[in-house]
Amino acid sequence: MFLIITALAAIVSTAVWYSQAPGDKYRVGLLSLMFWGATMMWFVDHVFAYLTEGGEFFEVNLDATMLGVCVVIVGLLVWQVILLISDPKRVFSRR
Amino acid sequence: MACFLVPMGEAIVTSVVQKAVEKRERRPGGAAAGERGLTWSRKLGWLNKLLWGGTVLLAFEHLWHGEIVPWPPFLTAMENPAHVAPMLHEVATFGTAMAVFVTVLWLVIVAIAERKAAAPAELRFDSAKGAK
Repeated sequence: MFLIITALAAIVSTAVWYSQAPGDKYRVGLLSLMFWGATMMWFVDHVFAYLTEGGEFFEVNLDATMLGVCVVIVGLLVWQVILLISDPKRVFSRR
Repeated sequence: MACFLVPMGEAIVTSVVQKAVEKRERRPGGAAAGERGLTWSRKLGWLNKLLWGGTVLLAFEHLWHGEIVPWPPFLTAMENPAHVAPMLHEVATFGTAMAVFVTVLWLVIVAIAERKAAAPAELRFDSAKGAK
């Protein structure tokens, strides 16, 4: 389930990035690539696990769903910290 | 168990390479392919973001599942000698496959971006407008 939620976050963030492209003042491109990186890695993990261990491809349960939601929160948190440090609107450098 | 270590290792290497390339491109008369706006440092930046983003989120997933801990030896599999070999096997198979997959997809993205950037401006304008 966390693969689906992360993929959804990657698609939404890519759409937001493209709507503002070629400008990327708020570094949405970074957020999009972060989610795509995790989505690709979990996709490989799921394929390997499915081929070697069998079972269901998508783990659909409350724990996996909560993990997916928390992954999105962590991704957004990392992006927000980087955004605030880079401060593209120069909010913190104004007197 | 610790499959994200391989993409993390690759991310460290590509970050160092990106910094070196960026420095070389900034030199006067350096090989900055700036005419089309697609420098190698920018392309490597995409790979770094993919790898670091994936590494951070996968590390969080491993933390969630109790496979890594914030104290030494950090990997819970290291606490039991019987778990070390399966962990190394997983790193070698799953981890390498993840790193290779991300890198191959990045190469595809770079190839598409270069082709788009190399297309004549007139052609790009026409295709954007949907005209012949």
